[in-house]
Amino acid sequence: MNRYTKLTLLREIIVWIAALLLLSPFYFLVNIALKTREDSIATPAFEPALKPTFDNFVNVLASDTSSTLYLGLFNSMLIVVVAVFGLIVLGSTAAYVLARRTSRLSKFAFYMVLIGIVVPAQLGLVPLYIGAQKLGLLGSPLGMGVVYIAMLMPLSVFLYAGFVRALPTEYEEAANIDGASKLRTYIQVVFPLLAPATGTVATMAGIIVWNDFNTPLIFLGGSENPTLPVVIYSYVGEFNIEWNNIFSVLIIAMIPITVVYLIFQKKFIQGFSGGIKS
Amino acid sequence: MSDSLEKTATTSPKRSGLNRGPERKLGASALKHKNMVVHGSWWWALPGLAAVLAVHYVATFLGASYAFTDFNGIGSFEWVGIDNFVRILDDYEVMASLGNTAFIAIGFLVITNIVGLLLALALNRGLKTRYLLRTILFLPVVLSAISVSYIFKYIFAFDGPLNAILAAIGLGDLQRIWLAEPDSALVAVLIVAVWQNIGMAMVIYLAGLALVPQELEEAAALDGAGLWGRFRHITLPMIQPAIAINTTLALTGGLKIFDQVKAMTNGGPFGATDTLSTVIYRNTYEFMNYGYGAAISLVFSVVILAAAAIQLYLTRDRGVNN
Repeated sequence: MNRYTKLTLLREIIVWIAALLLLSPFYFLVNIALKTREDSIATPAFEPALKPTFDNFVNVLASDTSSTLYLGLFNSMLIVVVAVFGLIVLGSTAAYVLARRTSRLSKFAFYMVLIGIVVPAQLGLVPLYIGAQKLGLLGSPLGMGVVYIAMLMPLSVFLYAGFVRALPTEYEEAANIDGASKLRTYIQVVFPLLAPATGTVATMAGIIVWNDFNTPLIFLGGSENPTLPVVIYSYVGEFNIEWNNIFSVLIIAMIPITVVYLIFQKKFIQGFSGGIKS
Repeated sequence: MSDSLEKTATTSPKRSGLNRGPERKLGASALKHKNMVVHGSWWWALPGLAAVLAVHYVATFLGASYAFTDFNGIGSFEWVGIDNFVRILDDYEVMASLGNTAFIAIGFLVITNIVGLLLALALNRGLKTRYLLRTILFLPVVLSAISVSYIFKYIFAFDGPLNAILAAIGLGDLQRIWLAEPDSALVAVLIVAVWQNIGMAMVIYLAGLALVPQELEEAAALDGAGLWGRFRHITLPMIQPAIAINTTLALTGGLKIFDQVKAMTNGGPFGATDTLSTVIYRNTYEFMNYGYGAAISLVFSVVILAAAAIQLYLTRDRGVNN
């Protein structure tokens, strides 16, 4: 191992200074959220909240407009659950079939799916939007979840397929010899072995869906069922500068994802940097 | 999954061995091959494949075909050939947004990668708190771009922290309303995008650096190679896959910038921060010009695919890793 020298200590200190500088925006976020409306205007931005108050949080959570905030939280969670569930079930089975079969057809289908990762979604959104409009699905969170399943399917198949390929076939053969049906082999033997890929798909797709703004703005904007980013966007609008309240809303919106991230941070980071290993 | 579907779709290996089914010709010798275990059934892949086909192919081609129409969502439409594309050339807004998008994409690509790589190199080896640092530096990546943009909207505001810092360190002359002036507004959008994605580039570089054997660097150091020499001739070639991934992600991500602009400036002042994505959104979903919006989308898609292809070619593995 490397020796911990004075130079290493110096490097450690420099990185910490850089990190604190980089993360300084969070100081303003928390600081202003803890100030009263008057203090947020009258005191300098740097000055710590000397009389910290949670009034802003109470205010945005209990005011007339707070129901939209709860609705946004609920819708975002619902859509993430639907999308991630669909991507795990349909993505893993599709990847399993495509990666295990050796026919030309399965290879062709696999590459067809992969191209979907590269094709920008923008062009396809217009017909989907018009279609959803005609079917009265605009503003439906479940419909939104289904759209995400289709949009992110190539990513899910790609991640699962890489994992299936690395999995020896002996497990399936053993299960087969023991007389397990294909479905049972898959559910009880293969799928549990794919757990790391499932984790990656869940974290990556979860983050993408939870934070996406463009798609829900198109499909759910102005509807009664916005997602959290759309709620925040409508809340701030162009002229709202009540930063103490805005930042309280932002913090409330950030808490769920931050908690999930801190619990599963290793999985998140591995998932996002995982492309390297292949 | 009904049984009859199973039978028609595939035949299990046991059946093919015992029964005189269609696979009999393969005979006992083929049974020894692993491939005789038939994995899953095509029916399982069908929903996923159908979803991909519907959204990534049918919808995309349909959307592309709108580009040659004057479709506005109501009633019938007519084919107008390349009229929409001719109109793009005369559309100042679109042409300006092309320039802005290129500026942001290139700036995003260069700065995110340089800062991300520097951070990765700094905390790659020996730091006691490297995992803690990695965790907190990656945090912005998991937050929504909308939230992050609003934090920075405050920082760039007239009475915000940035102007306060400038005043405090005696650079009060530089104070301005950052998001209200064309040049500084575009740079501000770039800064927010870079800030949020440095952590992403960093962890990908860290994963790449983890694969560089330390012995190799030590051997080179013994041979008298300096810090720069080791980086240039050992580290850099070996992290080539990480560079390829990071630059591709940054380039496509930079070209698609939308949330930050929508939240901070909505394209203003005077279109100075309009990107292709915001112009497409406005024309398509605000003005309901589906035909024209699709035409800009088509140009946008071609730009992204071409940029990604060129970029992948430039950062291809030139065989140094073999």
